[in-house]
Amino acid sequence: MSELVFDHVTVRYGTSTVLDEVSLTVPDGEVVGLVGESGSGKSTLAKAAVGLTPVQGGRILLDGEPIRQRGRRRPVSMVFQDPFSSLDPRMTIGESIAEAIPERLSRADRRAEIVRLLELVHLDAGRVTQLPGQLSGGQRQRVALARALAGRPRLVIADEITSALDVSVQGAVLNLVREMQRELGLSLLFISHNLAVVRYVASQVAVLEGGRIVEHGPTADVLERPQHAYTRQLLAAIPGSNHTQTKENR
Amino acid sequence: MTNRWSRVLKTPVGIAGVGLLTLVLLLAVFAPILWGDKANAVDTDNLLAGPSADHWLGTDNLGRDLFYRVLVATRLSVSLALLATALGTVVGVLLGTAPLLLGRRAGRLVTALVNLLVAFPGLLLVLFFAVVFGVGAKGAVLAIGLAGAPAFARLCQTLVAGVAELEYVAAARIAGVGRFRILLRHVLPNVAEPLVVNVTISAGGVLLSFAGLSFLGLGVQPPSYDWGRLMQDGLAGIYTHPLAALAPGIMVIVAGLAFNLTGEAVAGAFGMSAVTRFGQALQVDTGETPASDLRHDADADRDLVLDVRDLRVSFPGAAGPVHPVRGVSFGVAAGEAVGVVGESGSGKSLTALSIARLVEEPGLVDARHLTFCGTDLLAESDTDQLLGTSLAVVFQDPMTSFNPAMRIGAQLAEVGRHHQGLDRKEASDRAVDRLRAVRVREPERRARQYPFEFSGGMRQRAMIGMGLMGSPRLIIADEPTTALDVTVQSQVLALLQDVRREEGAALLLISHDVSVVSDVCDRVLVMYAGRIVEDLPTADLHTRAQHPYTRALVAAVPDMATALDAPLATIPGHPVDPAQMPVGCAYAARCPLATAVCREQDPALVADTSGRRVACWHAGEPIEMVTAEEATA
Repeated sequence: MSELVFDHVTVRYGTSTVLDEVSLTVPDGEVVGLVGESGSGKSTLAKAAVGLTPVQGGRILLDGEPIRQRGRRRPVSMVFQDPFSSLDPRMTIGESIAEAIPERLSRADRRAEIVRLLELVHLDAGRVTQLPGQLSGGQRQRVALARALAGRPRLVIADEITSALDVSVQGAVLNLVREMQRELGLSLLFISHNLAVVRYVASQVAVLEGGRIVEHGPTADVLERPQHAYTRQLLAAIPGSNHTQTKENR
Repeated sequence: MTNRWSRVLKTPVGIAGVGLLTLVLLLAVFAPILWGDKANAVDTDNLLAGPSADHWLGTDNLGRDLFYRVLVATRLSVSLALLATALGTVVGVLLGTAPLLLGRRAGRLVTALVNLLVAFPGLLLVLFFAVVFGVGAKGAVLAIGLAGAPAFARLCQTLVAGVAELEYVAAARIAGVGRFRILLRHVLPNVAEPLVVNVTISAGGVLLSFAGLSFLGLGVQPPSYDWGRLMQDGLAGIYTHPLAALAPGIMVIVAGLAFNLTGEAVAGAFGMSAVTRFGQALQVDTGETPASDLRHDADADRDLVLDVRDLRVSFPGAAGPVHPVRGVSFGVAAGEAVGVVGESGSGKSLTALSIARLVEEPGLVDARHLTFCGTDLLAESDTDQLLGTSLAVVFQDPMTSFNPAMRIGAQLAEVGRHHQGLDRKEASDRAVDRLRAVRVREPERRARQYPFEFSGGMRQRAMIGMGLMGSPRLIIADEPTTALDVTVQSQVLALLQDVRREEGAALLLISHDVSVVSDVCDRVLVMYAGRIVEDLPTADLHTRAQHPYTRALVAAVPDMATALDAPLATIPGHPVDPAQMPVGCAYAARCPLATAVCREQDPALVADTSGRRVACWHAGEPIEMVTAEEATA
């Protein structure tokens, strides 16, 4: 795993500037949470890192080098928000994962690798031949995570991976993310609009507003002593925050 | 897949189409083998004869039997039509998928070219190409095939663009999968069905065009003959023996119908996957109703805006009717805010929709008692006026709940004119006033704007404003803030609170998010597998919930005080599929407290003295939290 650096990255769509000289570092083996509202540029930053969006200014570096965005082996992988559209409905779980394995493996080796990946995300190896339609949202998101790990990436970007899931499943996926990070030493850029979720998985938080990073620091600092007005506004807006305070007072 | 294809054969259109098509194809294959000689046999005694016992349709100018010639012509007519269709399809798919393969810039050029070609009338293209490629069968195939390509390319482009934007294609791209492989593995298989349907239908049209070209003398040339050619030959004698020209014409119609009907049937079968045999929908289950609590009936003396007892919703399913809502009973008092929480598929949205009478066919709503503002919604036939003025409904996606082509103010005013009988001026004044009431800044200017000019939060405000055009006694809000950002969410929730206070309306707030509900509501109904499993005051949600499901839901959501060193609580297993409702308590399979009794008998929703209700055999018993390692969700 390794360090991802956004160095004054600017992205424009036509005349509108979506990312305005954003600089952000995801240190080796850490989880950096990226929060902000829709339209703030969170997803664009993710897409820029994996080459889905062209960058107009600045550089994106992985361990000091530009990220390779051609060829079979990609160092950065991504997990998407909607587990219902991120898996091809006509491909079995095994095929979807196999596609993301860059090496040419023998049939037996490939099968073993798929099983290893499924075990990593706590899915039964018997699911290899199932279609996404036979899986629940949470299970699909596990498959998407297994696929993201199949290329042995140096960094994973998770874009709102729990927001389409039921609360009962969200917890399990978050537990899995933390476990992956601990066991594999995964570097992770974790994008979410939910501060409570980010607080739970990330060691650092960056707050994006209108295409600029307005606040960045260790999670506890940012959430307990927010410096920027927008961060405070975000914190105040969390539903149930009234309740949380009463619980703490009790 | 397979059952969709077999469903084609279950419709009358499908049977007719496939039957005709089989007949036509059999003729195309066997007619020339069986009757080729007879069709070419020259009978000089019977030149241009009318129908007779020997020659059913008469003969042509060389005395050849027309009946056999029409049958034998099937092969050439159908195969040329299929060839032209195939050509059009291949060129169309190549042009349609080119933008994906060529990348942004070159792709744009191809798209522009296709757009240009689509603009030309098809017939003009056919004639143009027919002239370019010369007269004859080969030229006609090229002409008709190429003329059909642009329309097909456009369809293909649209379908491909739809799939290419999906996340699984992006995921494959990130994984380093090549463009060509993405096209073959991810895109084409997922657009194949509509393409196939379209090809089948267009084959019928191509057949007709081909007959037309041959009829004009631009297609098949003698001594070969197809139906169009036969029609032209027969035209000269149309007044003496019309069958010579009509018979090939009839065959064109039959074959064209065969392709079109088959295509329609296939399209129908693929489009109607959600609706199964409708007959089953009518068999309403009159079986035993889950026990409704007695306590609730005592609520009757309260001033109830909404009184629901034993509400059930059923849909036809593959194996008999499915009941996503099974006996839901609750009341909402005037001005009260009641939350409904549950996972997706718990029946919470359907419950709301059935109160607003918005459950669509083939869904069936039934209840022992369903009154709104004292009016029985099940007995009254005309409840539109009451629901239109006294009930406001706010949906999750404010973009789709407005007509994108109408100004916001006009859409609000329409409600006023329709339901309150206001005139144009009064209605638009009230619309502006209501926009002001939901804290839309500069309401006069905003009223003249279109929905796309509103942000998500503003649209949701306008939606609430629309509900306030009347004087609502109840606002039903179905996940009103799920599509919104946290900051906007808190504003919309605050607005709902204000509106409730100002208008004295009750609120039924449906949400999957326990924290949203606990911010706004006085009371929470927890739903699981189509039933209410717990009904308790919001204040008790985090501390005194009795049902193990409620407790698990609350514990599974991380908040700003969640301990960071322990894994989050999870609920193992899956929500119940309404089509496979287990015996006993639906939650038993996921419940840490479940015992034998839970798997045998469904617990009734029982009220205690304070009015809380819970449906559990082990309500309130202590639970050891399940950790992630044990959970396999």
